[in-house]
Amino acid sequence: MIMSGATIQASAPARETVRGGRSSLTRSRIRAAWIFIAPTLIVLALIAGWPLARTIWFSFTDANLNSLNDYEFIGLENYIANYDGEWLGLLTDTDWWRSVWNTVWFTAISVSIEAVLGTIVALILNASFPGRGIMRAVILIPWAIPTVVSAKMWNWMLHDQFGVINDMLLRLGLIAAPITWTANPDTALWTVVMVDVWKTTPFMALLILAALQMLPGDIYEAAKVDGVHPVRVFFRVTLPLIKPALIVAVIFRALDALRVFDLIYVLTANSRDTMSMSVFARQQLVDFQEVGLGSAASTLIFLIIALLIVITMAAGRVRLGGETR
Amino acid sequence: MADVVLKNVRKSFGRARVIHGVDLDVKDGEFLVFVGPSGCGKSTLLRLIAGLEDITSGDLFIGGQRVNDLAPAKRGIAMVFQSYALYPHMSVYDNMAFGLELAKSSKAQIDAKVREAARMLQIENLLDRKPRQLSGGQRQRVAIGRAIVRDPKVFLFDEPLSNLDAALRVQTRIEIAKLHTDTRATMIYVTHDQVEAMTLADRIVVLNAGRIEQVGTPLELYHRPANLFVAGFLGSPQMNFITCVVSHVGSDGVQVQLPNAGMITVPVSSDGVRVGETVTLGIRPDHVKVSAQGTLTGRIELVEELGENHLLYVDFGKDRHLTIREPGDARHGIGQEVSLSLAPESCHLFKDSGEALPLIAPTGTPMARSPSPATSAA
Repeated sequence: MIMSGATIQASAPARETVRGGRSSLTRSRIRAAWIFIAPTLIVLALIAGWPLARTIWFSFTDANLNSLNDYEFIGLENYIANYDGEWLGLLTDTDWWRSVWNTVWFTAISVSIEAVLGTIVALILNASFPGRGIMRAVILIPWAIPTVVSAKMWNWMLHDQFGVINDMLLRLGLIAAPITWTANPDTALWTVVMVDVWKTTPFMALLILAALQMLPGDIYEAAKVDGVHPVRVFFRVTLPLIKPALIVAVIFRALDALRVFDLIYVLTANSRDTMSMSVFARQQLVDFQEVGLGSAASTLIFLIIALLIVITMAAGRVRLGGETR
Repeated sequence: MADVVLKNVRKSFGRARVIHGVDLDVKDGEFLVFVGPSGCGKSTLLRLIAGLEDITSGDLFIGGQRVNDLAPAKRGIAMVFQSYALYPHMSVYDNMAFGLELAKSSKAQIDAKVREAARMLQIENLLDRKPRQLSGGQRQRVAIGRAIVRDPKVFLFDEPLSNLDAALRVQTRIEIAKLHTDTRATMIYVTHDQVEAMTLADRIVVLNAGRIEQVGTPLELYHRPANLFVAGFLGSPQMNFITCVVSHVGSDGVQVQLPNAGMITVPVSSDGVRVGETVTLGIRPDHVKVSAQGTLTGRIELVEELGENHLLYVDFGKDRHLTIREPGDARHGIGQEVSLSLAPESCHLFKDSGEALPLIAPTGTPMARSPSPATSAA
């Protein structure tokens, strides 16, 4: 009796200290943690936080590229304004919405194709065959070439008079007359998608290949002994197991595709048929010198991308911080 | 139910030959254990039977059918892997049912099979869990359950207990033995653990460097090892080996001169061994006794107390050592000189080639190993 009473008394204050406050060791650990991450936080604030904040601020002004120091706060007028009963501003601009639609369409189509092709390529590279090491290196070449260079290269290959692609298709008899791939509204965006797929499928394949190589080999042997068909093994075993990595790869690529600029700018310049959000923002900011309007467009790009990523992550139930298996 | 027959089976990986012509006849319903040191090819041999590796040359028959070119799934086998090989994203139930869904059995049939296996292995309460929520022992049961539901003719086990802790290993070992009694299926079991081999096997196959050293019942192998390798591999602590010279060959056995000690006549037939030849005498630690007038003397280097018995490590000159196991607590201390006697009928002699000299046929030999009725009659 006395023993048990003593135990209860002894454990009660102990529990209180745990609940009451942190021990000095915990406090010094927390302090050390802050000291270690402070440089990163400062650098991030300078190179990411400050430009973002400035862009958002400019979007509420009438700043002009000619006189960046001479501007007035105009509230939401860059976004939407009513002059004499007529609605103006970015949110009413059909060109802007067209560029949003182009970008989203481009992202959805190209990332989907890349995910499927990337998985296929990764599965092939994951198999063992002679020359696999060289193949893995060779396949990365499109990814290694700077976008401007590969876009220019494709521009020439797709040229309506001198391009090798029109020439091949003509010789094969698949088309009767040369096609102006990048200028024709029907083909322009598809052409951009095709070049993007060519360029970034290797990146996707590499990310998926990394996931494939993490898979335990023994479960495939177990499936073999059980006589499960390879196609079924892929959909029931491989795909569920690489899904977390696949979704991260898709998010990476989607982030990239949503801010696409160089590829479209080099291939089709400022064509309205293919203009992406970034091309639109640059046009406002640089060509039309409308820093306020351009900043408003940039701010909207930021919001749209953030929203789409949140939706994707929620749909894929990915928790970037936690275990996703 | 089926027998498994291997005829001159060979396996090479590129230039490296791993299995050098194995002939083996596994009877229907037999529990056969492959044992050997790591790298001896025992797992490879099992994978050849499973069909996970192609046989380079030779024939493999399961249930009378040549299966060399048959896919693993069509061989009527089920395999339990060392690492369990469970599908990490599937529940225990799905892990067991996955292989069945294909066999065109109805949902109800699959369900019945899975629940029956789960009941047998006492994992019914775990059916909804994922493998990562299970302990090692539970995972191994699921892996065994997945093999059971396939209702195979032959079970293949690839070191199934090596990832479990000691207590669980004993328990699971007993369960596997029970599974064999219940199903009467043919089982082929790979292990490097001689205790598993001794306790589970109907017959043991000792493999070394891709060759079969000896096949036999556990006690045959323990009492009559065919060569030095088997003698040294089975039994713990290891059999003592003493290099010595043949001093006399007679009808009652072979007499050898022990180094720094007396002579001993081992009741084995000479099998061509001549006087003056070097042979290896083998004797298990249990058969060496501390006695007043022994054949050799030595100094105790180390004493290990195990409770039920104790081990004495004796040095008898020029770096020659003997291990002795005696019952109860040690009665001698380190540094003490002791006299040791070796029971001649428990000694083995091995030729230079490693081969054991055969026992003298019981007829007319008073020194036969066990005083069997046959000897007393003669």
